[in-house]
Amino acid sequence: MTIEPFKLVSSRTLVLPSANIDTDQIMPAKFLSMTTRNGLGEHVFSNLRYTNSGTLTDHELNSESGKACKILVAGDNFGCGSSREHAPWGLTDYGFRVVISSSIADIFKSNSLKNGLLPVTINKEVHQWLIEHSGVYVTVNLESCLLELPSGMGSHSFVIDSFSRYCLLEGLDEMGYLLEQNNQISEYENR
Amino acid sequence: MRKTLFDKVWEKHVVVSETETHPATIFIDLHLIHEVTSPQAFTLLEDRGLRVRRPDLTLATIDHSTPTLLNKDGSRPYISDEARTQVETLLRNTKKFDIETHGWDSKYRGIVHVMGPELGATHPGATIVCGDSHTSTHGAFGAIAFGIGTTQVGHVLANQCILMRKPKTMAVNVNGKLNQGVTPKDVILHIISLIGIGGGTGYAIEYRGNVFEDMSMDGRMTVCNMSIEAGARCGMIAPDEVTFEFLRGRKYTPRNYEDSCAEWLSLSTDEGAFFDKEVNIKAASIKPMVTYGTHPGMGIPIDSIVPKSNNLAEQASLNYMQITEGDKMLGIKVDKVFIGSCTNSRMDDLRAAASIFKKKKIAPHVKALVVPGSAQVKAIAEKEGLDKIFKDAGADWREPGCSMCLGMNGDIGLPGELIVSTSNRNFMGRQGPGVRTILASPETAASTAIAGVIEDPRNLKKNK
Repeated sequence: MTIEPFKLVSSRTLVLPSANIDTDQIMPAKFLSMTTRNGLGEHVFSNLRYTNSGTLTDHELNSESGKACKILVAGDNFGCGSSREHAPWGLTDYGFRVVISSSIADIFKSNSLKNGLLPVTINKEVHQWLIEHSGVYVTVNLESCLLELPSGMGSHSFVIDSFSRYCLLEGLDEMGYLLEQNNQISEYENR
Repeated sequence: MRKTLFDKVWEKHVVVSETETHPATIFIDLHLIHEVTSPQAFTLLEDRGLRVRRPDLTLATIDHSTPTLLNKDGSRPYISDEARTQVETLLRNTKKFDIETHGWDSKYRGIVHVMGPELGATHPGATIVCGDSHTSTHGAFGAIAFGIGTTQVGHVLANQCILMRKPKTMAVNVNGKLNQGVTPKDVILHIISLIGIGGGTGYAIEYRGNVFEDMSMDGRMTVCNMSIEAGARCGMIAPDEVTFEFLRGRKYTPRNYEDSCAEWLSLSTDEGAFFDKEVNIKAASIKPMVTYGTHPGMGIPIDSIVPKSNNLAEQASLNYMQITEGDKMLGIKVDKVFIGSCTNSRMDDLRAAASIFKKKKIAPHVKALVVPGSAQVKAIAEKEGLDKIFKDAGADWREPGCSMCLGMNGDIGLPGELIVSTSNRNFMGRQGPGVRTILASPETAASTAIAGVIEDPRNLKKNK
């Protein structure tokens, strides 16, 4: 199976500055009852986007300009907590292709990479600058592993696992790779 | 080379070694599944015409979306049609692929991380995964156990393997004598408050020292369960006689048991083995703990005052909690008390709570919910008469399930309510929109239910 290859994304950023945004904030448990993975973009960050009575708030996530953002900049330790893959499903369905933070939780990172959502971890200085400059136009280049900021702010390299990068660039999922290891797995089972 | 427990278990499960360009392929000995994170994985399998490679190494139950209060006629009031469909989908998928499933009629049904160990399916030295971040619980037996997403649930169903790079290792050493009234929950809340909610990111933790050696298996499970709340996918404790005694004679205990135990003993970390990070904690420094903010790292001793916030996020957290720096935690009025979840719903936990509820009444304004972790726990507790103690005190005694830990089944609080909970996450809205959660031990939760305000269980015992 192939997914849409990821080479380069340019977009304005949408900033959620809070640290420790957990996957319950990204996708509350009441939206986990579905048995498909479609349409979760409507519910992503629902506590920020809807009032208790269900009407839309004036949060940037509800604006047309917000919806056009493909790059989310979030506070430290983004995606902590529950392993629910509904979190990256919701983020990609909303339109995000990249999440940038100073650190990103392990399970969320793993889930994101399997859904064409690139988790980018960068140093605290660049992170802080992005937090303070919401809406700037940046480019994330996966081929060169560079985050390109507006003029004067330079380019900053980021590190990503080489296998995940390869899969994203080629639009491959890991299932195919594992299925090819059938013989090695059988050998292991027969040890 | 001297090796850690993690190294030894990892090496035994490498199918294809890690290289610079590729992660390791790791064989999985036990794949636990439940209704919330598996349906899309089965769909993926069916779309690609794949089979479940090892149904014999897969075990299913229903726990998250299941009602804990049955109708008078015994029927099940699901919160929504979606919840019912989710449970029915799990049952249909596991029947189709011939996976052992502990559904409504099984005497073993329960929260997946309570059920696995009870069945004896959780073995020392094993690799265990589940689409659930609290899979770290099973590390209490010396297994490498961690949560995965639904895509990886699909990988394991089809291949019985996952792709992963070896994490770094962290030793958390707790030695000395614990103060009276300090429980395993207090120990892990203390650890998380020290290393921070993201302090374990990228690491597998091994809990070491006499404090863990002296703990029961129920206590060790409470500790390992919350490893993920410090960011560590996996937390483990070396298997020993306590482990072997727990597993003896259970449904899936290995037949050649003594041989297995001897092999498991050899898994312990070699003396002088290298950890990427070590944290040393004096047992005497740990007190009964409560959280005061909106993540599990924001924990303080129950008899202390709320510290000054260090940043905007902490201030927002205090605002949400309607708690002010300088406030005493003791004496804060609560609305609900929840005793349950994969963290604290086992016999040790229920016995501890019952010892405090005995011959007492919960405060009139408090609603208390006691939810056993499994049908087995429920049966044993009822045999011991604990259900009667809870009911006599005025608490609700429910059917097993995840219940108010994440409220997927409708067991939630009302906006603004303050809940003292033995669960694992105090995130904003976790127990219902606008609900404020304070994490604590079963002892503290029970004392609080009786006092109607946050109460130190040591005081209640003193006043007897």
